[in-house]
Amino acid sequence: MSYSIVEKRDMVHQVHLMKVLAPDVARAAKPGQFVIIRIDEQSERIPLTIADCNVTDGSVTIIFQEMGKTTKQLATLKGGEELQDFVGPLGTPSEIDKLGTVVLVGGGVGVAPSYPQAKAYKEAGNKVITIIGARSENLLILEEEMRAVSDELIVCTDDGTKGHHGFVTDVLQKLLQSGEHVDRVVAIGPPIMMRAVAGVTKPFGTQTIVSLNPIMIDGTGMCGGCRVSVDGKTKFACVDGPEFDAHKVDFNLLMNRLAVYRDEEGISMKRHECTCGGEQ
Amino acid sequence: MAARQPMPLQESEVRRRNFNEVALGYTEEQAVAEADRCLQCKDPKCVQGCPVNIDIPAFIASIAERDFDEAIRTIKLTNALPAVCGRVCPQEVQCEEYCVLAKKGQPIAIGRLERFAADHESVKGVEAPQKVKPTGKHVAVVGSGPAGLTAAADLAKAGHSVTIFESLHEPGGVLTYGIPEFRLPKAIVRQEVEYIKQLGVDIKVDYVIGRIKTLDELRGEFDAVFLGTGAGLPNFMGIEGENLNGVYSANEFLTRVNLMKAFRFPEYDTPIKRGKKVIVVGGGNVAMDAARCALRLGADEVSIVYRRGEDELPARREEVENAKEEGIIFRLLTNPVRILGDDKMSAKSVECIRMELGEPDASGRRRPVSVKGSEHQIEADTVIIAIGTSPNPIIFSGSGGLESTPKGTIVVDDSAMSSLPGVCAGGDVVTGAATVISAMGAGKLAAQTIHDYLSKQ
Ligand SMILES: Cc1cc2nc3c(=O)[nH]c(=O)nc-3n(C[C@H](O)[C@H](O)[C@H](O)COP(=O)(O)OP(=O)(O)OC[C@H]3O[C@@H](n4cnc5c(N)ncnc54)[C@H](O)[C@@H]3O)c2cc1C
Ligand SMILES: Cc1cc2nc3c(=O)[nH]c(=O)nc-3n(C[C@H](O)[C@H](O)[C@H](O)COP(=O)(O)OP(=O)(O)OC[C@H]3O[C@@H](n4cnc5c(N)ncnc54)[C@H](O)[C@@H]3O)c2cc1C
Ligand code: SF4
Ligand code: SF4
Ligand code: FES
Ligand SMILES: [Mg+2]
Repeated sequence: MSYSIVEKRDMVHQVHLMKVLAPDVARAAKPGQFVIIRIDEQSERIPLTIADCNVTDGSVTIIFQEMGKTTKQLATLKGGEELQDFVGPLGTPSEIDKLGTVVLVGGGVGVAPSYPQAKAYKEAGNKVITIIGARSENLLILEEEMRAVSDELIVCTDDGTKGHHGFVTDVLQKLLQSGEHVDRVVAIGPPIMMRAVAGVTKPFGTQTIVSLNPIMIDGTGMCGGCRVSVDGKTKFACVDGPEFDAHKVDFNLLMNRLAVYRDEEGISMKRHECTCGGEQ
Repeated sequence: MAARQPMPLQESEVRRRNFNEVALGYTEEQAVAEADRCLQCKDPKCVQGCPVNIDIPAFIASIAERDFDEAIRTIKLTNALPAVCGRVCPQEVQCEEYCVLAKKGQPIAIGRLERFAADHESVKGVEAPQKVKPTGKHVAVVGSGPAGLTAAADLAKAGHSVTIFESLHEPGGVLTYGIPEFRLPKAIVRQEVEYIKQLGVDIKVDYVIGRIKTLDELRGEFDAVFLGTGAGLPNFMGIEGENLNGVYSANEFLTRVNLMKAFRFPEYDTPIKRGKKVIVVGGGNVAMDAARCALRLGADEVSIVYRRGEDELPARREEVENAKEEGIIFRLLTNPVRILGDDKMSAKSVECIRMELGEPDASGRRRPVSVKGSEHQIEADTVIIAIGTSPNPIIFSGSGGLESTPKGTIVVDDSAMSSLPGVCAGGDVVTGAATVISAMGAGKLAAQTIHDYLSKQ
């Protein structure tokens, strides 16, 4: 199959937005779900969260950060070009209920998958407080979009170039300490951030959901490569998740499994830089 | 009487390090000589052993007469995947077991002759199938493994418009993602799939039913549905250390190697750990395939760890022999207890326990029991778990009323009809992990049932 890229836009340094024509996926997608893409015949399959979709024009938006070979190659594609495969929507959709106050915590490119959730929680009648963070102001994404669907938006940067100077977890900690009643925290970002959020909310007993990102291949429960440990039980993140109760996740195992192909990823990356002339 | 023609093989010393096909196929002379041995029985017992009822004596007679085109035509009347079946059917317990010459240990090599006829055609170019008058009925087939492909072929031949929905990016099911290149070249699977497309079947890949569309929705859009979604959910043992790096399900390992072509990394992007000391747990075809792939990826030592004995190995005899010749070590009557890791949480050894065969269990096989105090450690940086698979439950989401068993298989009646009218199922999703040819037999039966069902409407 092939799927046309209808739009490709650079958001901030090494983070890109891509709209891909996949009407059946757009029609079926719900917040919290993802797609698996394959660029061409030689490519690996990689999972990317559905950041937005449009039933009218049949497009699905993905937002991705350049990490290694595949995402860097993806970044070289332009509107009008094609992806060979685009499978989805995968994963169990988020449970979006009317709870009261929901805090969304998005770090780095994790802000992108938080966006459809913020929108859905808002539409379900919740008070939505959003905390988004990045290393620096020029790496922040979706600030305006997030503001539009949040009752309150707090921006953090590690270097203090914008908003709160520090980590999203500092802000979350203060918020919980201030006595604000929070019914649920949803955190999406690097595993280190999600682990830290779980650590902050645990003493308050606040229900906390994280979206896990283990290495996947098929995304349909067929390989078991995406297994994570939740409450001491093995789960397949692509079908049982990707969302789980943060207080029960074994983050060390997740991070360890994410590192398994580090050597091979290095080889792929080097080879890619040689063939395409390095950093673009 | 002349002896059965041996299959020419790649030398074991050479083939253990490449992914090229192991069995090279009969030459014309060998095929004709083998076909000449057939007694052309009036009441051919061999046909009873073939789940898709190939007219075996007829196609063998054509080979004996050197009319190879006619031979493949005869086979294709009932079997849409002859090049596959000729290679991977467990003939020794099917057609060949029933052959009257089997009693003397020299049955006609039916599978090899079938392969010969199919390969002869593929070299020459596949004959285009005849178009039939459309019935105007639309049938959805979910899954493009042998069950789905066979059902689709028969339904298309009956004039129905057929759409296959496949969740992976390539059709073929286990033939594509599971069985390795050296046993079943992917070019052959592709060719067989091409033939099915020529019959007019539309194949939509990247399409997960239960996610992008539900069975309920398909029932609204199509006149009938066939479910051939297989048994792709890998089982784990539930022992300590199973989530360490370097521990794979056989499905993951084989999918990386076959579907994603990790054996050609870095030309292909998908990585795989090339272990030096590899342990494969299990004794079936899947375990043999995983072990032989690991060897071909460059392992120094690959062992099969199996809790029963040699006679109980469920894999095909021929594949066990091939594996042994290639240097795979068989640690029989041995069972893993836990997997130990190093400081980086990567597998470094497997603690195993010796087993003895006790009283027969429900399956009639003697139950293995562990020998106290016989724990021992075997070094391994890669551990592949090949202890079986179950049906993948995704298909059940949005399938109101589809009845299943506690094992997760779909319940069907004698005609392959499920609890939902107009919805048939067959293959591994009904039986649990079985064989290519039994899945094809089920696909055929279901196609007939759907055809009858549609004819009454
Ligand atoms: C459910 C899910 C949703 C995701 N959504 C997004 C998203 O919306 N935007 C985004 O930028 N990233 C997302 N990711 C992460 C993204 O898939 C990886 O960054 C990408 O696969 C890296 O590939 P690479 O070849 O560019 O880098 P590599 O150099 O190959 O890998 C960099 C790191 O990414 C991880 N990774 C590698 N291969 C895979 C794989 N097949 N599956 C998952 N992780 C892998 C590993 O930790 C690795 O060390 C998501 C991951 C999951 C599981
Ligand atoms: C490694 C290995 C080696 C084997 N060796 C042999 C052998 O030598 N001889 C032999 O006879 N048998 C062998 N078998 C068994 C044989 O391959 C299977 O019994 C047979 O393939 C079952 O066919 P099937 O059509 O029922 O399912 P499968 O071949 O499993 O095909 C099912 C298809 O359905 C797709 N699917 C699943 N869910 C969905 C969904 N929700 N939506 C869309 N698509 C879906 C899957 O992606 C898959 O492509 C082997 C199996 C394995 C794993
Ligand atoms: S399809 Fe299989 S069982 Fe039937 S004749 Fe061919 S090899 Fe034998
Ligand atoms: S039973 Fe054996 S000898 Fe007789 S027709 Fe069949 S293949 Fe030939
Ligand atoms: S990615 Fe294969 S089971 Fe989840
Ligand atoms: Mg990569």
